[in-house]
Amino acid sequence: MNKKASLGQRLCAAPHILWSAIFIVVPLLMVVYYAFTDASGAFSLEGIRRLSDYTTTFLRSLWFGIIATIICLVIAYPLAYVISQLKVKSQAVTIMLVMVPMWMNFLLRTYSWMTLLEDSGVINNILGKLGIGPFHMINTGGAVILGMVYNFLPYMILPIYTVMTKLDHSLIEAAQDLGANKLRVIRDVVMPSTRSGVISGITMVFVPSVSTFYISQKLGGGSFSLIGDVIEMQFQVSNNFNFGASLSFVLMILILICIAVMNRFGEKDENGGVII
Amino acid sequence: MENNIIINLKNVSVKLGDNQVLENLSMYIRDKEFITLLGPSGCGKTTTLRIIGGFLEPDSGEVIFGDHSVNGVPPHKRQVNTIFQRYALFPHLNVYENIAFGLRVKKLKEKEISETVKEMLALVNLNGFERRDVNSLSGGQQQRVAIARALAVKPRVLLLDEPLGALDLKLRKDMQVELKNIQQRLGITFIYVTHDQEEALSMSDTVVVMDGGIIQQIGSPQDVYNEPKNAFVADFIGESNILDGRMMHDFECSFAGAKFRCLDKGFGAGESVDVVVRPEDVDIVPVEKGMLSGTVTSVTFKGVHFEIIVDVGGFKWMIQTTDYEPVGKEIGLYIEPDAIHIMKKSKYSGLYGDYSSFSDEIDHLSDIEEEE
Repeated sequence: MNKKASLGQRLCAAPHILWSAIFIVVPLLMVVYYAFTDASGAFSLEGIRRLSDYTTTFLRSLWFGIIATIICLVIAYPLAYVISQLKVKSQAVTIMLVMVPMWMNFLLRTYSWMTLLEDSGVINNILGKLGIGPFHMINTGGAVILGMVYNFLPYMILPIYTVMTKLDHSLIEAAQDLGANKLRVIRDVVMPSTRSGVISGITMVFVPSVSTFYISQKLGGGSFSLIGDVIEMQFQVSNNFNFGASLSFVLMILILICIAVMNRFGEKDENGGVII
Repeated sequence: MENNIIINLKNVSVKLGDNQVLENLSMYIRDKEFITLLGPSGCGKTTTLRIIGGFLEPDSGEVIFGDHSVNGVPPHKRQVNTIFQRYALFPHLNVYENIAFGLRVKKLKEKEISETVKEMLALVNLNGFERRDVNSLSGGQQQRVAIARALAVKPRVLLLDEPLGALDLKLRKDMQVELKNIQQRLGITFIYVTHDQEEALSMSDTVVVMDGGIIQQIGSPQDVYNEPKNAFVADFIGESNILDGRMMHDFECSFAGAKFRCLDKGFGAGESVDVVVRPEDVDIVPVEKGMLSGTVTSVTFKGVHFEIIVDVGGFKWMIQTTDYEPVGKEIGLYIEPDAIHIMKKSKYSGLYGDYSSFSDEIDHLSDIEEEE
């Protein structure tokens, strides 16, 4: 394993390295360049200075992201456990059901929630027929978080499910054998053994939740704009690439810090996270 | 004598799908004994162990522990502990925490826990391993941790599911001796599952030979070796020449076209029987002095002895001898009356005991397969 890669191996890796350079490294450098320059191309910290105007938006994005991630985790963890305990055939079917929404366009999925949540939408209609409501649901913070949870839940379920299926059943039996009841087995054996999946899941839900932009516009009605919306606006409406890049840059740093904190928790785990 | 029974299985049956895994199995286990369930893959030995451990409920029948039934009692409430086939150590815990697991569940004080862990590590010869990561240990060391972990909670019965299966031969032999020592020192009951007959014979007080979900014979190692109940037991334990024979009357039988004196009685006159002669009990003599005669067809050097296959009128005998006989030589066979063991006919008659298609390799291949 330690010997030098052969020419053949290096040739095989070359397209990937080239691809990474052109589509990952170069754009990143461009973001950094724009973030620290003004419209004329001169070095400027103007973009960074203006960030303070958007502190609330940043905090709201982080806050919504955290809540959405927690809700996803609370839903996904038991669900993944239950799925992993099913028969192999039923597992395949259930996992497919989890994935089906992902086959549909993200914008469509979010748009359809509008028709469901509207004051005279599908849900209020049905509730009205039962004599309950109507409830005001659309254009609330809750609706935005609901949109995040709905859209990103599969990214939490899949990595957790993957580590759950790899869980050695004899570990559970060994714990029972040593006197552990069901709760104890889950707390002391299942949870620690599946931590790597949880960490991947959290990363994969938290990152897109924090930086999302469409969900808040459609389900939040503009009153809950997130940092993703602000960035989009800078590029699409204000045409201020430099400030947009500054915002993106800071957001990226924030996300990296969050991931670093997460990974500290997972450090002891040598299996590594499973990112599908 | 019989009131020291600790576990009693009564008419236990288990069916998994269409497969009758255990059929009306009844047996008891005495307190403090080393009992081994021995049989080929799929004979139901692991299933029996899982029933005692509480991991599997029998479809019918009763499991009695001490003097009450434990049917429906979950594993964590049973006074038995298990050593699993692949150790099943908790990978996220170090050696100390693995052994302490059961003690923490019992909510013992930290001081008590650390004392017990230390004591257990000493018992399995792993002093100073407390802080080691279990993933960095060798197979033998992991096995010792598993033993320490199970014994730390002071079970009355320890269940061992092929615990040495993953170890190499040398380590295996050492661990056999060590396990036996631990069992005698602690004075607890060991229920041991293996497909290795040698392991079973050398460690056990009692051997339970199983096949097809049915107990074929229960007895001391000497009993099952010297007095096998049927052709299956005779073949599975050690090597055997099993011949189709007939009981003339008490103390006389006939097989391979000759009459022999024997020590068996109580069969009907003229009853058709299976005759077992162990390979080490056949003496090679000059043809004119032999009770039977045949041609040597193969010789294999085994270290302590030669294994000679002799064709006697179409039936191939295995003989273990320290004297070399060349292939093709005509030799005489001499069998003492006490070397002959007579068995009633069973469904296994005629299936085993002829060495014409004998192959070591095939024997071993069928050993490796997993149960379940």
